[in-house]
Amino acid sequence: MSGTDPKFEFLCRMGDNALVLGHRVSEWCGVAPVLEEDIALANVALDLIGQTQLWLGLAGEVEGAGRDADKLAFHRDVWDFRNVLLVEQPNGDFGQTMMRQFLFDAWHLAQLTALIDSTDKEIAAIAEKSAKEVTYHLERSSDTVIGLGDGTEESHRRMQAALDLLWPYVGEMFIGDDVDAAMAEAGIAPDPASMRKSYDQLVGDTLAAATLTKPEDDFAHRGGKTGARHSEHLGHMLTQMQWLQRAYPDATW
Amino acid sequence: MSSPESSEYKGTEAAPHGEARPTEWPLWEIFIRGQHGLSHRHVGSLHAADAEMAIKNARDVYTRRNEGVSIWAVEASAIAASSPEEKGALYEPANDKVYRHPTFYDIPDEVGAM
Repeated sequence: MSGTDPKFEFLCRMGDNALVLGHRVSEWCGVAPVLEEDIALANVALDLIGQTQLWLGLAGEVEGAGRDADKLAFHRDVWDFRNVLLVEQPNGDFGQTMMRQFLFDAWHLAQLTALIDSTDKEIAAIAEKSAKEVTYHLERSSDTVIGLGDGTEESHRRMQAALDLLWPYVGEMFIGDDVDAAMAEAGIAPDPASMRKSYDQLVGDTLAAATLTKPEDDFAHRGGKTGARHSEHLGHMLTQMQWLQRAYPDATW
Repeated sequence: MSSPESSEYKGTEAAPHGEARPTEWPLWEIFIRGQHGLSHRHVGSLHAADAEMAIKNARDVYTRRNEGVSIWAVEASAIAASSPEEKGALYEPANDKVYRHPTFYDIPDEVGAM
């Protein structure tokens, strides 16, 4: 990965978030707790994979090195991925999957909503299409977090455990770097830190309704969106996701 | 950077075969209106904890190929249905009352197809 053009870098971050979370959610296909949730999760996964095609497709165009969305998705190894650490965390139980989804959706919708006003028309168009899908994702995941958090003793315990486990991965979404500064400067994307306040408000309200306690420690793992240090889970996930292209390079159908 | 719970689907247990779970969600019948101007049509049923969730589940299960513009969800237990055993008493008396169909009128040719 060149790593030189901040716009390419930014587009990979958007695309890789959608790709990695989309693949994670697709791992539930056929094994979700009930049929209705199984189909709903598959729909969310498909939405995210669709968004991946748009983001990584544009990234490939911006890069101008002949790589399309498929090449970027299947021919890069773990150190080239630019997704935040939150989305590569394992599914755990259903509650943990939905907590991860909620914590990401709340950021994702705010990010896409801001991108609709991007000075880059192509980015604005992708954001507008994606925001409609993600509005529904957030509605669904927050309802589930509230339902399970404020549910039985066991569902509450599992949701609190999921929140405690995943909260240290929230901070990374709001930590800016040179790429973010360049994007904000050009009016292409918002400064990540500027979205923290409304995020905390929204997440706080939902967690309160879910009778869950937000961890006090705001320690944040980082290194996913810069590619500096992914968690060990992403490499394992890619061996599944990319095995066909690894075994039969450039196979098509 | 290890996660304390890295095994897949830990703690997610399948319900034992053949036993109805005591916490089974109620059944909802789903009606979808395909286009403006048409009536809602029964498309199937699903399980959901409440009405709002039934609508959301219906959106995912029955409208993912762009089938609808409106969804109704009705809890199945709230539907009053006729009993199949009463079929005779309910419907047979109509069989020999052909005069209830307006088929005995001579329609002038000028009217065309009706």
